Amino acid sequence: MEFLVSNFEAILFYLVAALTVAAGVGVIALKNPVHSALSLLSTFLMVAVLFVVRHAEFLAAVQVLVYAGGIMVLFLFVIMLVNVKGVRPDAAFLTRWAPLAIAGGVLIGVLLALLVLLGVLATGTADTSALQSVDGQLAGNTEAVGITLYTTYLVPFEIVSVVLLVAMIAAIIFGRRDVALERPDGEARP
Amino acid sequence: MWVEVLVIGIKLAVVLAALLTTVPIMVWVERRASALMQDRLGPNRVGPFGLFQPVVDAVKLITKEDLIPRDVSRFLFILAPVVALTVALSTFIAVPFGSDTGLELFGHAVRGFIVAPDLNIGVLYIFAIASLAVYATVLAGWASNNKYSLYGGIRASAQTISYELAMTISVVGVLMASSSLHLHQVVEAQTGTWLGVLPRWNVCTQLLGAITFMVAAFAETNRIPFDLPEAEAELVSGYLTEYSSMKYAAFFMGEYVHMTVASALMTVLFFGGWTLPWIDLAFAGWIGGLLSIGIFCAKVAFFLFFFVWVRWTLPRFRFDQLMALGWKVMIPLSVLNFLWVGFAIAAGIM
Repeated sequence: MEFLVSNFEAILFYLVAALTVAAGVGVIALKNPVHSALSLLSTFLMVAVLFVVRHAEFLAAVQVLVYAGGIMVLFLFVIMLVNVKGVRPDAAFLTRWAPLAIAGGVLIGVLLALLVLLGVLATGTADTSALQSVDGQLAGNTEAVGITLYTTYLVPFEIVSVVLLVAMIAAIIFGRRDVALERPDGEARP
Repeated sequence: MWVEVLVIGIKLAVVLAALLTTVPIMVWVERRASALMQDRLGPNRVGPFGLFQPVVDAVKLITKEDLIPRDVSRFLFILAPVVALTVALSTFIAVPFGSDTGLELFGHAVRGFIVAPDLNIGVLYIFAIASLAVYATVLAGWASNNKYSLYGGIRASAQTISYELAMTISVVGVLMASSSLHLHQVVEAQTGTWLGVLPRWNVCTQLLGAITFMVAAFAETNRIPFDLPEAEAELVSGYLTEYSSMKYAAFFMGEYVHMTVASALMTVLFFGGWTLPWIDLAFAGWIGGLLSIGIFCAKVAFFLFFFVWVRWTLPRFRFDQLMALGWKVMIPLSVLNFLWVGFAIAAGIM
């Protein structure tokens, strides 16, 4: 009991992390696309729980609001609208691309681990209290994210927003076939 | 520590009981008010004024056969009504029902009966959880293995995505005006007067935001004129077609709890929460604290009636009209409101 109380956060973290990974495997292993989408949804929700465990409430709420409440609804909408059929039973889970995929996965994993390791070496701590306060002054997670985003990372933030705008305009152009196919003289292409 | 747990437990029980009691009362109000508006009598046989009619309805729903069709996706079919009710109920832990003053329970300040008083992302929490509500409809529609149900589910997802944007942008104005995500502070920011005369409620300072929020709230709760996911005339009740007995009742209760959530949000975000215009209740001590809870409930009750009122007044939209309204009217209006609030704050008149 004493052990459980004192290590509550760690136990919760490993439990939820394991569930996150399990749900992530479900995304690629399940045959029905709707089931895969729901598995991805539970991955998002679990990641939100991980944020809460690390006291990043703002990130958790935004994670649920944007990914679970917005993007996944759109995914499900598309899957249901075009009525994607499930993978055929004879299409095996492991195809000839499997070695390449596994190699890529391992590479990304190693790079991520290196990144974390370098971060810990550079700052000398694995502390995440930067998520909760700015310059040692205690503020909420919302304030911390806001201030960091609009001071330290202002330029990357602006660049990302422009990139997103470009992507959005491109999607609209692709979507509006009548405009894309029209010649400057107004006559539709054959 | 255990006293805190006990206090939170009591708050939770009271809030839950109040929410679940709202459902039968609203069913009765809905039926009697619709009868009134259509010059009929409505159910008036069971109990005084027909007040026990919802009880009889509940008994009927419980004793009906709970049918699960053979070809449904069984797990998701059962999960959908659970999601509908759970999501609706769990939004309420961040809602402040009254002011901070006076009331105590076992030496702990009750703090306006808000279940989670230290949740400093209250507004975001409510919107995050409420945004999951659409999964109940979408899952039910897909799992039912019925084309009308599927159409209902698809409509629900399209409708939610369209109106959630307008809703969120109109709330941004409120957050700018109160500079906090905590619902308690959102209400505190609405005390006093604006321009000397008007109460400082957000409905006065940003009327456009209040209107867009209310329209979006109607769309998010799937109430007429936005009840296209069930549209009985064209979709045979849409996502509800295959549901019977208590599973159907769970969706039904979920809809009414969502109405209550939307009414509470309207009250807190735009109509000053538990405050009265021009009168500060702080002088009245714990009586003022109790009174503030009463004021909050009265405002919520008014908006619940407003939902019923609109339902029996307006016809249903066509789907293209719904989409056009959402994207071409609601979103531009909410952005306009957002700009106005920014301008007003910069000019120092808000």
